[in-house]
Amino acid sequence: MEKHIPVTMTVNGERISRDVAVRQNLVDFLRYELGLTGSHVGCEHGVCGACTLKVDGSTVRGCLMLAAQADGAEIWTIEGLSQNGELEHLHEAFERHMALQCGFCTPGMLLTANELIERGKAKNREEVREYLSGNYCRCTGYQAIVDAVMDAAKAAGKR
Amino acid sequence: MAQAEDTNPQPAAPLNFFDRPNSYIGRSVPRPGIKRLLSGGGRYVDDIVLPRMVHAVYVRSPHAHARIKSIDLEAVKAADGVVAVFTGAEIKEHIEPFIGVLTHLEGLRSAPQYPVAVEFARWQGEPVALVIADTRALGEDAAMLADIEYEPLPAVCDMTTALDKDTPVIHDEFDSNLAWERVVEGGDVEAAFNDGDNVIVERVLNFARHTGVTLEPRGTVAEYEPHENRLTIHYNGQAPHMMQAVYAKHLGIPEENVRIIARDVGGSFGIKVHTYGDEVAIAVAARLLRRPIKYIVDRFESFQADIHARDHRVEARIAVSKDGKIKGFEMDDLTGIGPYSMYPRSSAIECNQVLNLTGGPYDIPAYKARGRVVFQNKTMMCQYRAVGHPVAMAVSEVMADQAARAVGLDPLEFRRRNLVPDDAYPFTSITGMKFADLSHQKCAAKLEELMNYEGLKKERDKLRKQGKYRGLGFAAIIEVTNPSPMFYGVGGAPISAQDGVTVRLEASGAVHVQASITEQGQGAETILTQIVADTLGLEPERVKVTTGDTMVTPYGGGTWGSRGTGIGGEAALQAGLALKGQLLDVASVMLQTTVDTLDLEGGKVVDKDSRQDRIALDELARTVYYRANELPSDIQPELVATRHYRVKDFPFVFTNGIMASYLEVDVDTGMIELLGHWVVEDCGRVINPRAVDEQIRGGVIQGIGDVLYEHCIYSPEGQLLTTTMADYLVPMAGEMPDIVIDHVETPTSTSALGAKGAGEAGTAGAPGAILNAINDALSPFDAAIYDQPVTPERVLKALGKV
Amino acid sequence: MAEALALLNGDDSGDVAALAGGQSLMPMLNLRLATPDALVDLNGIEGLAGLEDEGEHIRIGALTRHVDIETSKIAAKHLPLFVRAVGEIAHAAIRHRGTLGGSLALADPAAEFPACCVACGAVIVTQSLTGERRIAAEDFFHGIFHTELEHGELITAVEIPKHGGRAEHWGFDEIARRKGDYATAGLVVFGTGKRALDDPRIVLFGVGEKPLRVNAAEAVIAGCRLPVSDEVIAEAQEAMGGLELIEDLHSSTATKAHLAKVLLGRVLKTLS
Repeated sequence: MEKHIPVTMTVNGERISRDVAVRQNLVDFLRYELGLTGSHVGCEHGVCGACTLKVDGSTVRGCLMLAAQADGAEIWTIEGLSQNGELEHLHEAFERHMALQCGFCTPGMLLTANELIERGKAKNREEVREYLSGNYCRCTGYQAIVDAVMDAAKAAGKR
Repeated sequence: MAQAEDTNPQPAAPLNFFDRPNSYIGRSVPRPGIKRLLSGGGRYVDDIVLPRMVHAVYVRSPHAHARIKSIDLEAVKAADGVVAVFTGAEIKEHIEPFIGVLTHLEGLRSAPQYPVAVEFARWQGEPVALVIADTRALGEDAAMLADIEYEPLPAVCDMTTALDKDTPVIHDEFDSNLAWERVVEGGDVEAAFNDGDNVIVERVLNFARHTGVTLEPRGTVAEYEPHENRLTIHYNGQAPHMMQAVYAKHLGIPEENVRIIARDVGGSFGIKVHTYGDEVAIAVAARLLRRPIKYIVDRFESFQADIHARDHRVEARIAVSKDGKIKGFEMDDLTGIGPYSMYPRSSAIECNQVLNLTGGPYDIPAYKARGRVVFQNKTMMCQYRAVGHPVAMAVSEVMADQAARAVGLDPLEFRRRNLVPDDAYPFTSITGMKFADLSHQKCAAKLEELMNYEGLKKERDKLRKQGKYRGLGFAAIIEVTNPSPMFYGVGGAPISAQDGVTVRLEASGAVHVQASITEQGQGAETILTQIVADTLGLEPERVKVTTGDTMVTPYGGGTWGSRGTGIGGEAALQAGLALKGQLLDVASVMLQTTVDTLDLEGGKVVDKDSRQDRIALDELARTVYYRANELPSDIQPELVATRHYRVKDFPFVFTNGIMASYLEVDVDTGMIELLGHWVVEDCGRVINPRAVDEQIRGGVIQGIGDVLYEHCIYSPEGQLLTTTMADYLVPMAGEMPDIVIDHVETPTSTSALGAKGAGEAGTAGAPGAILNAINDALSPFDAAIYDQPVTPERVLKALGKV
Repeated sequence: MAEALALLNGDDSGDVAALAGGQSLMPMLNLRLATPDALVDLNGIEGLAGLEDEGEHIRIGALTRHVDIETSKIAAKHLPLFVRAVGEIAHAAIRHRGTLGGSLALADPAAEFPACCVACGAVIVTQSLTGERRIAAEDFFHGIFHTELEHGELITAVEIPKHGGRAEHWGFDEIARRKGDYATAGLVVFGTGKRALDDPRIVLFGVGEKPLRVNAAEAVIAGCRLPVSDEVIAEAQEAMGGLELIEDLHSSTATKAHLAKVLLGRVLKTLS
């Protein structure tokens, strides 16, 4: 049988206690155990950025962290950050600029962009491009995403 | 660099129905459902969980070519969580093999192919055994215990020697590794090349193998209901009805019992329009086990098992008069497609496109092209975004630039002299290709202004004196869109070229649309909404669209080949107009007036001239649905209409465009920095400018991937070496340029809507434009590159530095 | 720490792996390129994270995450080379988890930190059941994913000398096809001295099996005045031959050798 380990974490503001398989990574745990399917799995080797999560205030790759390592952590996913209004400016700008097509990269892209804006680093297009350079989008060609992030940063007063 | 501006194309004169000031056509209406995708509410195949669902894992061949001597799965079967195991031979008992040929591609041959290898494995990554387990992880644990004995066989890897006498033949039933050969010819090519007054330029161009890397990998959930013999496939592809026919035929289930459902799809680009054995075998297993099975291709597998594309070697020569007129063009294309022709679209279409489209923007009096398609022991190749166009356009554009240089003409001037004139349509090329409603010259003129060509040339020349090597490159393109039945259906494939749209008024006064085109992010549902809202005078919010369910939608081809807007959009327009007629018929009876005095606007029936409200659509609907007793008894209103549409008279509808790239080559490191990219495109009537521009931008970036980064690299033994996203380089945000786009709008006369496709133009043109820009930058060194991808190493080699 | 070492040295420890930031090990686990029987998660060990000015040197705990070097005031003041290099490591989300100790223990030949450590004469401090070892970075790296670390031994810290307060000169550059990619070729130069380069070190990464010192070129620039003259640069580039280079999927050794020379020229020009 697979080994399990008890963990307690806060996910989108809700306290969660579970026995997790020791080898299960965090994004699989969120998707398959908690049903939070908004975070996507694109490569499972930390390159594509689709599984980006906010853990203890910083973005991480959900596929490169074990669920067991999240014991005691505060985790926010696209679902939670959409519900609590944190992504409001980005949502509005992404819609206006059509900064997504298939939508598969979008949750990870939004979490990365949100961090960039929060940290006041969305100063110009080059910096936005650089910060987003670990999130793969096959559809848009990135320009609309950069446009949207620039606008959202302005709306948030962080530019 | 210049920032892209919102494009707001000027409507084509004369003003018509679509150009009303408050029309939704030509406006960047936001996409329905976008908030859901932005908030983590997407529903992709891997998000589906069904009761008693189990998970599939494949054991894949580690060899490019091998005889499977024995398969021992006892340890796998005994492992924790394993539900069942299947060998290829076991799957074979329950399936009819695929044979990927099309009868109109005369001579195309391919061997029968089973979803899981039987006796021989013919590419590294071909499925050899299937493990079904409680979880994916347990299935992978178990799969590692499979004991399979292989006898490695010599692998045919190099397409350039695949036809040699001493190269082993992959399929015993064939005399060689040739899958297909075709020659296209028109005009007197020999005369053009023998004419001593003409300048002849010859080049060899190599195009690498690459693949689509959809961010959402392929996947399937198969459910089988034994008592009704009903198969339901949760599908993340592009062509539900085609797959319905494929599953029905190959599993022996009546077609009406097969339902294909595609909800959100995480990118497709042609990768997801094919029949993959690793998906079909899941349905076989689900039927045998009577349990739902999920199979999600992991990234490692997707590099080995998703179709690859391109991989062409082209020898080309062009004959040009001293005043820069093209007199003749000749090419020989060789492409390797893996061990089988892909089912059911075949792997010969890309080569066929190359033969048909090379030189397509130009008036060429003599043309000859030979194409050969060969089998090899590599991953199978098939149609991927822009199918053949990036090869054809790069060949003609590189040759155009080289010819311009040879006769001392500016590259844009050379194009002006050779592009088909805008007043020449309808125009038939020397090989019989039919062109109509194109605007090459207008587009070229607009591009020159848009990019400030003169200014950039000056800047380039000035910087060269300071040791900075910048280059400008152009690519004029044509794009095949809105394919007719002449593309696949005529060749016997279960691929519909027509599409249907049903529009129905609900009791609430809202409208529900069901369409056979599908959505993978391109905006199909947006344009359906816009068109229907426009024809019925409704707010877009009151139009609800369903796509991607064979049980619900009209029959049709799906979304591929830049056809969604042109074909599905026209069906939506006609269905909307038909429903409008029905609504006005009922209204005229209720209002005791004549139909020609009424119109629809703002969700209401209005007086046509005064625009005054007469009756709201919800009131009309409730009358018809709830209180039909108020209507005369000889009236039975049908508040639903379905219309289908296909392109007639033309095999497909060409679009045209031209693009330019501006870049800098670091001649010490070979690194290339993209500084700017401009596109002027004519896709006919633009329904949603932002959606069109985003199709073009995304396409250009994929073309940049082709030319600068992407390469499925194999060892000489046929081992794929690029199996992670750290090794296979896709374009990322940091290096991509902003792309400035403008339009010329020449509606196609094949439809009332006038829309052509736009999905592949960007990918078609970018490689040629960038190759030309690189070669312009390298021209002071008398260096040039004709092989893709253009790696820093290739630049340094061209410069003689390594 | 004691518990971790016990687990890593237990009877069944033959196939036990230590997990630090996980940004390289986790992909290998996910792709089943590594299938250890057990993982020992080091992240809970107290006292292994953070930077400290210990007078003679700056001590960086092995579990210090890349982002903490990126944003550290101590690093900004004393380790500008590391701050420069950390920006080239992958992307923010990776830097939030990846650790210095993990990067050194993995010993990817294309990684930035091993080369930086070798260039500035860092000492790698390790702990095993038999005690502490202090290993010069230069002696630590043996080959691709291969180091001086023995089974059951962990890195606890890295000590980066302050060189007795002498003026430090450093340069760093790398060539990668995309932002955040592992370098096709990278180069670090480090030296001390007032207006001159004493004891300079030139270290290449991404071109060989481990961080490569270029002794012959170091000899050329040793003691030279700053800024380095074009003649000296040319001579140093000439002296770069004979390196043990390895190719990667996209670049041959000839290309790597060429890029190394270009980088040396570019980096030396930045020294002042």
